[in-house]
Amino acid sequence: MSGDNIFTGLTEEHDGDARWAFGTGFTEALAGVDTTLPAGVDGEDLATYCRMLGDDALVQAQRLVHWVTDAPELEEEVALANIALDLLGQARLLLARAGQADGTGRDEDDFAYRRGPAEFLNVRLAEAPRGDFARCVTTLLVLSSWRLALFGRLTESRDPVLAAIAAKGVNELAYHREYAVSWALRLGDGTPYAHERMVEAVADVWPLTGELFATHPVEAALAAQGAAVDPATVREEVHQVLTQVLTGATLDAPAPFPAAEPAGRAGRHTEEMEPLLEELQRVAREHPEATW
Amino acid sequence: MSTTAQEAPPGADEALQADFDAKIAANQRIEPRDWMPEAYRRSLVRQVSQHAHSEIIGMQPEGDWIATAPSLRRKAILLAKVQDEAGHGLYLYAAAETLGVDRADLTERLIGGRQKYSSIFNYPSLNYADVGVIGWLVDGAAICNQVPLCRTSFGPYARAMVRICKEESFHQRQGYELLMRMMEGTEGQRAMVQDAVDRWWWPSLMMFGPPDVDSPNTRRSMDWGIKIDTNDDLRQKFVDMTVPQAEKLGVTLPDPELAWNDERDHYDFGEPDWDELKQVISGNGPKNAERVERRRAAHENGAWVREAATAYAEKQRSAREVAV
Repeated sequence: MSGDNIFTGLTEEHDGDARWAFGTGFTEALAGVDTTLPAGVDGEDLATYCRMLGDDALVQAQRLVHWVTDAPELEEEVALANIALDLLGQARLLLARAGQADGTGRDEDDFAYRRGPAEFLNVRLAEAPRGDFARCVTTLLVLSSWRLALFGRLTESRDPVLAAIAAKGVNELAYHREYAVSWALRLGDGTPYAHERMVEAVADVWPLTGELFATHPVEAALAAQGAAVDPATVREEVHQVLTQVLTGATLDAPAPFPAAEPAGRAGRHTEEMEPLLEELQRVAREHPEATW
Repeated sequence: MSTTAQEAPPGADEALQADFDAKIAANQRIEPRDWMPEAYRRSLVRQVSQHAHSEIIGMQPEGDWIATAPSLRRKAILLAKVQDEAGHGLYLYAAAETLGVDRADLTERLIGGRQKYSSIFNYPSLNYADVGVIGWLVDGAAICNQVPLCRTSFGPYARAMVRICKEESFHQRQGYELLMRMMEGTEGQRAMVQDAVDRWWWPSLMMFGPPDVDSPNTRRSMDWGIKIDTNDDLRQKFVDMTVPQAEKLGVTLPDPELAWNDERDHYDFGEPDWDELKQVISGNGPKNAERVERRRAAHENGAWVREAATAYAEKQRSAREVAV
């Protein structure tokens, strides 16, 4: 630390934290957590599951960052950036865990930047078009309510890393949901125009909700090993939450979630996925030998 | 309690002015409830709101790279930085509001092109090294300008600047660290860094404003303790600090006249193209129209959201009143 002059530190020899004027101040989320694969948990399956949850967060964050410099109020830009940062943080931990669990040693960037659309395992709702602010709020409401229910249970996972990531994530996701709820109420019960936008957003989002509760064979196998959560088990709880919020916002009670097969979880995506990844990966792919 | 000129007894104005002058002379802070000359208030409104606008428009050149940042770590760093800038804009608008103006009105002035922001943000960011160079040079120049403002005479502005400067110095280090990493990378990455330095060096020097001889507001702002150092002094300080950093980084600053002067104990440097600065300030920079248009579009597209929030708050208030 270079005392009061914030410039002098730049040219000093330094390593690690000494480089920063005020320290990095970040606590390692996984400090002290045993990263050994627990007995009876399949490493390949665990890696696939971590990619599913990591890809959900990464792709949703990629959609959210476009609100920064484009939101209805500066406060919303700060809040949505914050939510995107939380999700990005979850994605980084989960993808890093995937590289440990499958034994390949791939890092977060290998997964984020060097896979094609069919190798991404996120649910399709995460990649759905950004739309207007009502659509943003509705997507966030559904995804955060669903993910919070999953993470709440994952804190009991037999994989200590997944349990630690979930424990950190539940606080973040509770805030994301609270934020989405506060805006669902304002838009739904604010002006007639905003109410109509919310009606339309719910109608657009709903067909994509079924997939959130469709169990993929990897999820089923890993849930049986005590390491994952079968998403079908949170279906009722999430529906109750959404019904409470939407009716509180003077909207109609939502239809049941539609029946669906796992699609995104199996690498089958909508036509939105390719351009989304093209943007995410462009600079990294232009400079394959570079270090950042 | 505030006293307006109309209510004051004869001679009171002189007494208030004398009290104000004494506070400034003693380096004491002026607070929102204190009496202040109207010209002082107007000058501060101009400076603080332009500063706030600069933070908000300044989100754009780097914000464009969040979606394409080449690693997840860089993406998180950049997103956090741009988020900080939105936060800075918010503190500064709040500081301006203590002077009796309204943030919504200031926003209208920005998107209507009636108030300015820092000209630096009218230049384009063309490759990922620009993110690092903006952090190193643009935030570095901003820090040079802003560290003295932590001692500025208006309390809310000074306090906002303390927090902002801490975050800006963090951003500067992150920018420099990105450049260090890129310079250790491929030939192509080093070329990107040099290209970005070539484009941002002169605009960064212009961030300190016109030369002192052409800066009509400087004298009065210094008398009031709003401004602490002259434009030329700050520019010199910036050059002196930056040259060793450039050497360590291994880049060439694009100024053939740049050389250490033993006699002056400072670096000599060339004259920026002041005509270019005038052009950019008068709205003819490469990105002026686009930057303001983007803010205007976000504001107008979001009008229905703000209206809904207002209507909802109103309903909640009425419901509470009925309950009472």
